[in-house]
Amino acid sequence: MEIVFYPVAVVAVVATLMVIVQTNPVHALLYLIVSLLAVALIFYLLGAPFAAALEVILYAGAILVLFVFVIMMLNVGADTIAAEHRLFHTGIWTGPLVLGVVLLAELVYVLMTFDARTAGGAAVEAKAVAVAMFGPYLLGVELASLLLLAGLVGAHHLGRGWNLERPAGGGA
Amino acid sequence: MLSLPLFHTMALAGVLFVIGLIGVLVRRNLIFMLMSIEIMLNAAGLAFVAAGARWAAPDGQIMFLFIVAMAAAEVSVGLALVLQLYHRLKTLDTHAAGTLRG
Repeated sequence: MEIVFYPVAVVAVVATLMVIVQTNPVHALLYLIVSLLAVALIFYLLGAPFAAALEVILYAGAILVLFVFVIMMLNVGADTIAAEHRLFHTGIWTGPLVLGVVLLAELVYVLMTFDARTAGGAAVEAKAVAVAMFGPYLLGVELASLLLLAGLVGAHHLGRGWNLERPAGGGA
Repeated sequence: MLSLPLFHTMALAGVLFVIGLIGVLVRRNLIFMLMSIEIMLNAAGLAFVAAGARWAAPDGQIMFLFIVAMAAAEVSVGLALVLQLYHRLKTLDTHAAGTLRG
């Protein structure tokens, strides 16, 4: 079963790389969905089936649908893709790429010197997660619900202004 | 159940996080920057779940749940801001919003 992990990891990394080099936002979104599904499979392999289900339902299902709606409303056409090509030339790439690779090398070095015993034991099922979540982590759940309420109010406030300030005659 | 070294899953989380970080630094389109932030949050969640699987504890998955809730709140406000910005400036280029003069 270990052999399943490495192809999935490669799929996740390649799909994520494709997300940040695309110029068409819809294509990038589809690659991001592939990446999230690969990570969901990794969660399942790690013995976290509840997290895997949430990854598919919430991340790939709900959050990325929000992105799809916004891209639909922004009306992406050929001219915006051409503008994106202009903004995204090779000179911009080099600096952040070098810095990121240095950071990754340091991270891998730290992880290699860390005591790397084997992962695994029993799978952590949804029941254990729920018992811990509504026991010691109850306050965190309440705070998360407050955060979601604040996000809802904020998004409603911002979105309402966008509708009211639309010019009377023109469509958009 | 999988008996992988913790290093491998943590290294995968690190690679995904660094890809997201490079995406935020390189791209100037707001939609792509938000997607890169999602990639980074997802990598952090992967690290939590991998560590939780290593010690067979539910805490990692609970932290992943909190991360997902935070990502949902962040992306809803962020996308509403993107719509506002596009409505006012007719572009998604972050440099166009640099002056902060409505």
